[in-house]
Amino acid sequence: MTVTTSTTSIEGEDIEKKVKRKSSGNLETIFRKELADQLSSSRFFILFFLIMVTGAVSFYAAMQSLPADEMGDSGFTLVRLFTTSANSLPPFTWFLSLLGPLVGLAMGFDAINGEQNRGTMSRLLSQPVYRDDVINGKFLARLVVLAIMTAALGGFVGGMGILMTGVAPSGEEILRLLLYLALSVVYMAFWLALSMLFSLLFRQAATSALGGIALWLFFSIFVPLLAGMVADAVFPANDSSQTASEFYNVVLRQNISRLSPSTLYSEASLTLLSPEVRTLGPVLVEQAYGAISGFLPLGQSLLLVWPHLTGLVAATLIIFAAAYTLFLRQEIRA
Amino acid sequence: MGHDGIISMVDLTKKYGDITAVDQLNLTVNSGEIFGFLGPNGAGKTTTILMLMGLTEPTSGSLQVGGFDPMRDALDVKRIVGYMPDNIGFYDDMTGRENLRYTARLNHIAGQEAEVKIQNLLEKVGLAEAADRRVKEYSRGMRQRLGIADVLLKDPKIIILDEPTLGLDPEGAEELLDIIRDLGQKEGKTILISSHLLYQIQSICDRVGIFVKGKLIAEGKIKDLAAQLSDGGQVIEIRAEPVEQLADAVMSVAGVNFAERHGDTVIVKGDGENLAPRIVTELTARHMAVYHLNVRGYNLDDIYRQYFQGEEVK
Ligand SMILES: Nc1ncnc2c1ncn2[C@@H]1O[C@H](COP(=O)(O)OP(=O)(O)OP(=O)(O)O)[C@@H](O)[C@H]1O
Ligand SMILES: [Mg+2]
Repeated sequence: MTVTTSTTSIEGEDIEKKVKRKSSGNLETIFRKELADQLSSSRFFILFFLIMVTGAVSFYAAMQSLPADEMGDSGFTLVRLFTTSANSLPPFTWFLSLLGPLVGLAMGFDAINGEQNRGTMSRLLSQPVYRDDVINGKFLARLVVLAIMTAALGGFVGGMGILMTGVAPSGEEILRLLLYLALSVVYMAFWLALSMLFSLLFRQAATSALGGIALWLFFSIFVPLLAGMVADAVFPANDSSQTASEFYNVVLRQNISRLSPSTLYSEASLTLLSPEVRTLGPVLVEQAYGAISGFLPLGQSLLLVWPHLTGLVAATLIIFAAAYTLFLRQEIRA
Repeated sequence: MGHDGIISMVDLTKKYGDITAVDQLNLTVNSGEIFGFLGPNGAGKTTTILMLMGLTEPTSGSLQVGGFDPMRDALDVKRIVGYMPDNIGFYDDMTGRENLRYTARLNHIAGQEAEVKIQNLLEKVGLAEAADRRVKEYSRGMRQRLGIADVLLKDPKIIILDEPTLGLDPEGAEELLDIIRDLGQKEGKTILISSHLLYQIQSICDRVGIFVKGKLIAEGKIKDLAAQLSDGGQVIEIRAEPVEQLADAVMSVAGVNFAERHGDTVIVKGDGENLAPRIVTELTARHMAVYHLNVRGYNLDDIYRQYFQGEEVK
C-alpha cells in the first residue's frame, strides 16, 4: 500500500514539474549569439558570395537567351527566367538546388561538435540554460540566416530581372516567386537539420561534413539512378509496343526517386515557377490530346506541390526531433 | 538514506558498458569547506563531477547538490554552482570580456551591473590588461584565470573546479591556488577541487577524498590521514659523500628500520627520539660530508602513494 502511494506521488511530482517548468529565458540570448556568429563568419560570406554570383550569372544568361519578342506577351516572364537555361548554362533553379544543400550542410556540420571540441559546450551547459534552448537557438538562428540569404538572393535576382527586361511582374508572379523562395528555405532547412544531427553523431567535424556530403550525393545522384534501375528491372521498358509496362516503369521510377528530398524539391520548384506544368506524373498521349494548353492557376499549382512541401517539412521535423532527443541525453564531457 | 551537507552522494555509480567509472560512491561535502578530489588519471573524478552538474546521468544511486537533484532540477543546480571543466574552452574569436558578457547574459545579470561585475572580476584574476584581447591570443594560464572569473560571475554558492592547475607552471598554479584559497576562506564558498597533483593542492584543502579506480578509498583531514599512516614514524632524505657507504652508515644508527638509495639521495625510515641529529652525528664520526638532510612528515603524496599501492596489492 505504501509502495503504491509513494510511486504515484513521485510520478505526480514529475508531471507537475514538467507543467510548471518555466522558460529559462535564455533561448533568445543563445539565438542572438548564434545569429551574430553566423553573420560574421567567413564561411557564410563565401557561400553567400558563391550563391549570389552563380545565381546572378545564370539569371543574366537566361535573360540574354530569351528571344526579345517573347518578352512580355506570353506572361510570366520573370518566373520563367528562373527556369530558363541559356545555351550552355543551367538555369537558376538548378544552381540553387545544387548549392542550397551545401549551404545548409556548411552551417550545421559543426554546430554541436564544434563547441564540444573547443570545450565551450560544457561551460555553456553549466550555466542555467535548458539543453532545448541550446539546440533550438542554434537551429533557429541558422534558419533565420538561411531565410535572410534566400530573400536577399531572390530580391537581387528578381530586381535585376525586372530592371533589365522592363516587364513589371504580376501579383501572381511575385507570389509564385515568394513561394519558390520559401520552398528553398525549407529544403535548405532539411539539410541543416541533417547536418546538425550529424554534428551530434560524429565527434569530428570533418567526419560529420563528409557524412552530410555523402548523403547529399546519395540523394541527388544515386537515388534517381537507383530508381531507374529498379523500375527497369520490375517493368522492362525496352519493348515500345508494351505501353502499359512503359507507363508503370515511369510511375515506379518517379515514386522511388521521390524518396529523395532533392527530387521533391526539384519537382515542386518546377511546378511553382512554370505555370504550364499541369501534372507531375507521366501523361499518356490520349490524355494530353485535346488538353487545353495554358497556365495552371496558382491554387492548382499549390495543390500539386502540397504533398512535396509537407513531405519536406515532415522530414526536416523528424530529423530535427532525432537530433533534439539525442542532444538532451548526451553526456557533455568537454 | 538522508542527504546532509551541501553536496552529498549516496551509492553513486556510473557505468560505461563494462567499465565502472564511479563505484558506489558515498560522500558528503560540508558547507564552506574546500574539499579535494584526489586520484590518478582515470580514477573517476571528472565523471563524478559531471554527475554533480547533471551533465551525465548516474547509472544508479542518488545525489544532491545544494538541496537539488541535478537530473531533475538541473537549472536550480546550475544557478548556484560555478563549474570550471578541465580543458576549459572559450569562444576564441571573442575577447575575454565578451566571453564573460555572454555568461552574464545567460545568468540574467543585466547591463551596467554586469559590466561592473566583469571589470571587478577581471581585476581580481589579474586579467584587466588583457580583457579586450581576443581569447585566441591568451596563454594557458590566462585562459585558466578567465575560467575562474567566468565561474565567479554568477556569484555561486558552490564552486567545482576540475584540474584547475592543469598545464600551469608552478608559479601560475600558486597564484591560482591563492585565489581559490581566498574564495574559500574569505568568502566562505564551498569548493570542490579535483586534481592529481597532490603537493599542489594539499595546502588549500580542508578535507580530501582519495579515489582509485572509481572507489573512494580514504577520506578526511590530511592531518588525520597522515596520523593514521605514520604511526609516529619519520622519513628522512639525506645526501652525503661518499654516497656508496651512506646507506650502510645510516643503517647502523639505532632506530632506523629502512634505508634505500635513490640516485645520490638516501631515503631513511625509522622512529625514535632525535633520529636526525643522531644520524648526523654518526655520519660525522665516519668523516662523511653531509650536504642535505630533510625530515619529511607524511604528506599527501605519501598518503596517496600508500593508499594507492595498498589498493594495487589487493
Ligand atoms: N564516454 C566514456 N565511455 C567509456 N568509458 C569512459 C567514458 N568516459 C570515461 N570513461 C572511463 O571512466 C573512467 C573514469 O574517467 P574520468 O574521466 O572520470 O577520470 P578522471 O579521474 O577525471 O581522470 P583524469 O585525471 O585523467 O582526468 C576511465 O577509466 C575512463 O576510461
Ligand atoms: Mg578528469
